[in-house]
Amino acid sequence: MQCTDILNTTAACLTAGGMNPGLAQFIGILFGVIIVTLAPLLIVILLIWVERKFAARVQDRIGPNRVGPLGLLQTVADALKLITKEDITPAGADRLIFNLAPIISVLAVILMWGVIPVSPYHVGVELSIGVLYIVAVGSVGTLAIMMAGWSSNNKYALLGAFRVVAQLVSYEIPMVLALLVPVLLAGSMNLQDIVRAQSGMWFVVLCPIGLVLLFISTQAETGRAPFDLIEAESELVAGFNIEYSGMKFGLFFAGEFVHVMTNGLLIATLFMGGWWGPLAYEAPLLGILWLFAKATIFYLFSLLLRAALPRVRIDQMMSFNWKFLVPLAVWNVLVTAGLWMFARGLIPEGSEGDFLANLPAALIMFVGNVVLVGGFVLSRIRAAGRSERMANSKKSVPGRAIVLANADKGMASVNATVGR
Amino acid sequence: MNLVNEWAFIGVFVAVAWIFPTLPIVVAAIFSPKRANAIKLQTYECGVETVGDTWVQFKVQYYIYGLVFLVFDVELVFLFPWAVAYDRLDLFGFVAGVIFIALLLEALIYAWRKNALEWV
Repeated sequence: MQCTDILNTTAACLTAGGMNPGLAQFIGILFGVIIVTLAPLLIVILLIWVERKFAARVQDRIGPNRVGPLGLLQTVADALKLITKEDITPAGADRLIFNLAPIISVLAVILMWGVIPVSPYHVGVELSIGVLYIVAVGSVGTLAIMMAGWSSNNKYALLGAFRVVAQLVSYEIPMVLALLVPVLLAGSMNLQDIVRAQSGMWFVVLCPIGLVLLFISTQAETGRAPFDLIEAESELVAGFNIEYSGMKFGLFFAGEFVHVMTNGLLIATLFMGGWWGPLAYEAPLLGILWLFAKATIFYLFSLLLRAALPRVRIDQMMSFNWKFLVPLAVWNVLVTAGLWMFARGLIPEGSEGDFLANLPAALIMFVGNVVLVGGFVLSRIRAAGRSERMANSKKSVPGRAIVLANADKGMASVNATVGR
Repeated sequence: MNLVNEWAFIGVFVAVAWIFPTLPIVVAAIFSPKRANAIKLQTYECGVETVGDTWVQFKVQYYIYGLVFLVFDVELVFLFPWAVAYDRLDLFGFVAGVIFIALLLEALIYAWRKNALEWV
């Protein structure tokens, strides 16, 4: 590696300066690690502000506006407040696991940032199994919430933990199946390769339903509305985090907010071309901007869902996953694989980065995906609606017939009056 | 970057990433007041003392979902190499993948027909 600038090739520069190559390499890695770790933690300060402002606007409120310009420093003030709050570990709790859980919940999210490429040249590490790494690290977050619920020694918290196991584990299936699509289209699990493979055409065009599936299942994985059963305030008081106070409570929320943004980054990377955009190669900073702009769309949409949708019941959530999302995700993979088998032949050799050369294949993929997978969705929804109508019409509603008869009589008398 | 370096990064990453969430907790431990008493340390149940053991038996349905998940998760791992190599596969590779996924679906249909997916 050549020493070009200190930020990108730290190790090479230090070696050139006469340092022991092993030590230089280590410092280079450490330097990268600290940047990747600090980024999500600094961004969360802004994210919490955005979330609160956005929710306030939806509910016709102003939101935080006192601390700092536009209330931007509200999160800092809140963090200071949380630090000075008394931190209670209940007498019955399992102390070690109880204290470890909030740390792990944030850690799991931060670890995901290590493989997400933010520009053509800037990525924590180009892991050859990046997608699997994301899934693996994501499940550690599930573990953290389970640890919190179990170790609290509180029945509400434990109920929350039960739901976590059922919900997060179930929604991992459609998520992994949706992640399979970009891997299949790009032929690599390296996230940087996946982004480069989208230079000609974003995968959202090749497989639009895959993006929808990934969005819904990541939404459930994060435990966000309408899937926020793990902390259902109205039934479980606060769910898994009921016994937490002070900074530990704050860390769970920081972890959740960063997770939503991480989901946005992941969807943008896998389906929306990541850092790809005009001048991404010439100005890497612009690449970072493109990536975050795309991720923000999904972040804001997630906030909108949270503000607009009521919470689902657990049986509805589980049957929605197993009887609808999983078959849909499997069918989506099959359709994409089948169409790609033929459509990839339409792209001339060596013109993978050319938009126009990709267009015919992409059109076939898009129409095929929407018709075949969208048709499946429609047929399932219609079947569900039909069975519900059948169930309703079989039920005899006492009193309904009488009301109808009386209404007929009433209409008859009205008609008679008008006629006379 | 070679393979050793990739995983060295992850190793250092995990070690360093521990520090940042731990830091606020440590700082809070220094600055926060510590005035615990027996009532504060009670299990929170809206002011009523908790009855019986908390770590009770759980609903069997959670376990069944866990089992169905296991079937899928183990099989899905095998689909990733197939997906990575897909560009080099011919029609037979696609058919093999379809058969494999059909076996996966069969497990789902079996669980469905056995009413394992009903919330009871």
